[in-house]
Amino acid sequence: MDLSLSTRTVGDRTIVEVGGEIDVYTAPKLREQLVELVNDGSYHLVVDMEGVDFLDSTGLGVLVGGLKRVRAHEGSLRLVCNQERILKIFRITGLTKVFPIHTSVDEAVAATD
Amino acid sequence: MPTVELLFSAQPEHVRTARLVAAAVARRAGVDEAALDEVRLAVGEACSRAVGLHRSNGVEAPVRVMLNEDEKKFSIEVADEVPGNASGGSPDAGADDAADDEGEMGLAVISGLVDDVEVIEGAAGGVIRMSWPTPAV
Repeated sequence: MDLSLSTRTVGDRTIVEVGGEIDVYTAPKLREQLVELVNDGSYHLVVDMEGVDFLDSTGLGVLVGGLKRVRAHEGSLRLVCNQERILKIFRITGLTKVFPIHTSVDEAVAATD
Repeated sequence: MPTVELLFSAQPEHVRTARLVAAAVARRAGVDEAALDEVRLAVGEACSRAVGLHRSNGVEAPVRVMLNEDEKKFSIEVADEVPGNASGGSPDAGADDAADDEGEMGLAVISGLVDDVEVIEGAAGGVIRMSWPTPAV
């Protein structure tokens, strides 16, 4: 399965809905999407990963890169994920401390630091 | 001879194929269903790293994946043909820092996931060897 991406806005947040597999082949597409959003002035991103079947370190790298970009504009990047197998990758790499991870898009949209 | 051997050209789009093949062979070998996600991720990481190494070093040879079904374990070896990548990287480091970083992150994920893992660096290239227990027959 390939990567699917769609975006929508809720208030000042931009929701990026990701589906499929994020790996060394597809991660560049996600990177492009995040870069484009930031270049267009969207600095508060919520990446909804509920439809993601697979995530590897290349995908983690892209998310970290996205976080770095939004932070340069005092923005935020929040993740929505309930899948244990995906959460596990964030845990073993220590990235649960870096990304706010929410259980629903509503929760992520409502969150303020 | 390995149970299944896979050679693929060092292109990112083939890494998924390697993951699928490895997971299928692991399942057949009796690796616990709960560990199959780990197998998939670990093989993906090892293959992504090998693809990155081949591409950044201009190596045209394919990446090699060997899947071995033994009596008590299922083992996987992912071999690249880039010599001496243990640490410090190649002398032209700098241009490919990002790729190197990703490779290191991949290794970190593998060592976090897999209990039995070994990284061997040789003159002919590197090998990442991983294994998972299988039920005794």
